[in-house]
Amino acid sequence: MNVLDAEVRKNIESCLGRYPTKQAAMLPALHLVNDRLGYVPPRAVVEIAELLELAPAQVQDTLSFYEFFKQDKPQGKYRLWVCRSIGCAARGGEELLEYLCDKLNVRLGETTADGRVSLEYAECLGACDVAPAILVNDTLHGNMTVEKIDELVDQMSNDQCSMSNADS
Amino acid sequence: MTHEPVLLANVEKKDSHTLAVYEAGGGYRGLRRALKEMSPEDVVELVKQSGLRGRGGAGFPAGMKWSFLPEKHPGPIYFCVNADESEPGTFVNRVQMELDPHQVLEGTILSCYATRATTAYVYLRYEYPLCRRRMQAAIDECCAAGYLGSNILGSDFSLDVYIHVGAGAYVCGEETGLIESIEGRRAWPRIKPPFPAVEGLFRKPTVVHNVETLACVKHIVDRGAGWFRSMGTPPEPNNPRDPGSFGPKLFGLSGHVNRPGCYEAPLGISVGQLIEQFGGGVWKGRKAKAAVLGGLSTGVVATAEFDTPLDFAAPMRVGCPGLGTGGVVVLDETYSMVDFLHNSCRFFAHESCGQCTPCREGTYWALQMMERIKAGRGRLRDLDLLREIGESIGIMPGTTICGLADGAAWPIKTALSKFRDEFEEYIMRTNPNGYMETEPVEALVGV
Repeated sequence: MNVLDAEVRKNIESCLGRYPTKQAAMLPALHLVNDRLGYVPPRAVVEIAELLELAPAQVQDTLSFYEFFKQDKPQGKYRLWVCRSIGCAARGGEELLEYLCDKLNVRLGETTADGRVSLEYAECLGACDVAPAILVNDTLHGNMTVEKIDELVDQMSNDQCSMSNADS
Repeated sequence: MTHEPVLLANVEKKDSHTLAVYEAGGGYRGLRRALKEMSPEDVVELVKQSGLRGRGGAGFPAGMKWSFLPEKHPGPIYFCVNADESEPGTFVNRVQMELDPHQVLEGTILSCYATRATTAYVYLRYEYPLCRRRMQAAIDECCAAGYLGSNILGSDFSLDVYIHVGAGAYVCGEETGLIESIEGRRAWPRIKPPFPAVEGLFRKPTVVHNVETLACVKHIVDRGAGWFRSMGTPPEPNNPRDPGSFGPKLFGLSGHVNRPGCYEAPLGISVGQLIEQFGGGVWKGRKAKAAVLGGLSTGVVATAEFDTPLDFAAPMRVGCPGLGTGGVVVLDETYSMVDFLHNSCRFFAHESCGQCTPCREGTYWALQMMERIKAGRGRLRDLDLLREIGESIGIMPGTTICGLADGAAWPIKTALSKFRDEFEEYIMRTNPNGYMETEPVEALVGV
């Protein structure tokens, strides 16, 4: 039983034309799989390797280098990255990280028991002008405060948080 | 001295990211003219004359980089836009790509024309999702309008631009790490030579440039080399290796100021002027203690050094390696330099790619020492050990392949030399019984 469905395979193949080698489609392929499955399980590594005509070890080698990709289980519906680098740390980023750990009752890198929220730290999100900053999936939230985090967590638990591809 | 923004001229406009608004402001006129009236060599010459130096951190002259490409190469020649802006304190490329993606693209197209590159990859960090959407939309608009694709605007120049999304690794901002990452491997920087201009992406001649550098190219083509050289700092007369620092620069001001933001000023403005003229002063009525000069890896300056001009050469006079990225993070008088250095060491230990032992181990040892100091178990001796690590890792002492370790070392060296008293005071206060200890101390686990 394949873990990559026909659509993901088609999308991976449509990336191949951008590069002179198949291996170069590795990061796009890993992103496509991660978008679909929420992680990149070992079985997907084997299937990506087949599509790109590589050894699974080559895919695993690349994948394991990049912090973004996880292998053990699907990430939460909402992936939350809290910036802890100097621009945010100087304006309370690390305190927000601790607050979120308590509020969500998870440790860093863990997903809430209901599978909804994964909490991670980020190194500089490049949003120091709106520090402290948090990235939720594809949306940046700046000038965060405890109140705004409460609001955000409420929205996530009601599924009303922007997931979004909205061009905001 | 007021500077009329050029790089940021569009960002206040409504829908500044769209082609219609960009063209209404004169966008792509320079490209039309260049394709008609200028040869690629003319563009290279113009950029050389302008004295444009790379805005990504190293400050290498852009025109010279282009002239390293082999002559009459049968191709393909590749072009990479380094949009992996990950240096702590740096966010100006994000602002550019979100609010004026066409400016970046026009500069890219012109630079590809100059270097005869036929494929460009925009290496964009995943942390910038809005940039991804805006840049992709801009590329699509360009393809539809004939600014990208085959035979651009009826010329015999063709170019494809693709976005390549990263996956969370600081070292991808190093140009050969970036190349490895596009090729689908772990982003381990390559040993140089060969330099990318000779053998880079897919083993072909390759040019890698920062987003802001490319935006400058667009304005140099529009306004000429003389305009570009009319602002900035001329070469230092007694430094034959300084080609001068010309043109406008974007500065990302953040930390403890009243108005953090992305601001444009001629090269040579000082940290103090940035804080006062743009940042509205230090927040909460406090005084500043220090500032990250230009991205974390350039280290810190103390308030007494706030009059240092932010150009490519002057920071060396205050013990910093150079301009860096223009990301200035202000720290106020209440912020602990112990916290600062701990934060810095943690960042670099996390981001060391692991290829070179001195960096992989050195950044980690430095972090362990900072954790111990922060936890109240520091020894005065640790400050000398930290300094020793700082002086031993990197391409300057010749122990690593890329400059990441140098970047880890500058915050250590500058913080310890400029704020040694504060570190000593902290250690003696928090570890009154052990600060003189010289025996090895076990590492703390899980701090």
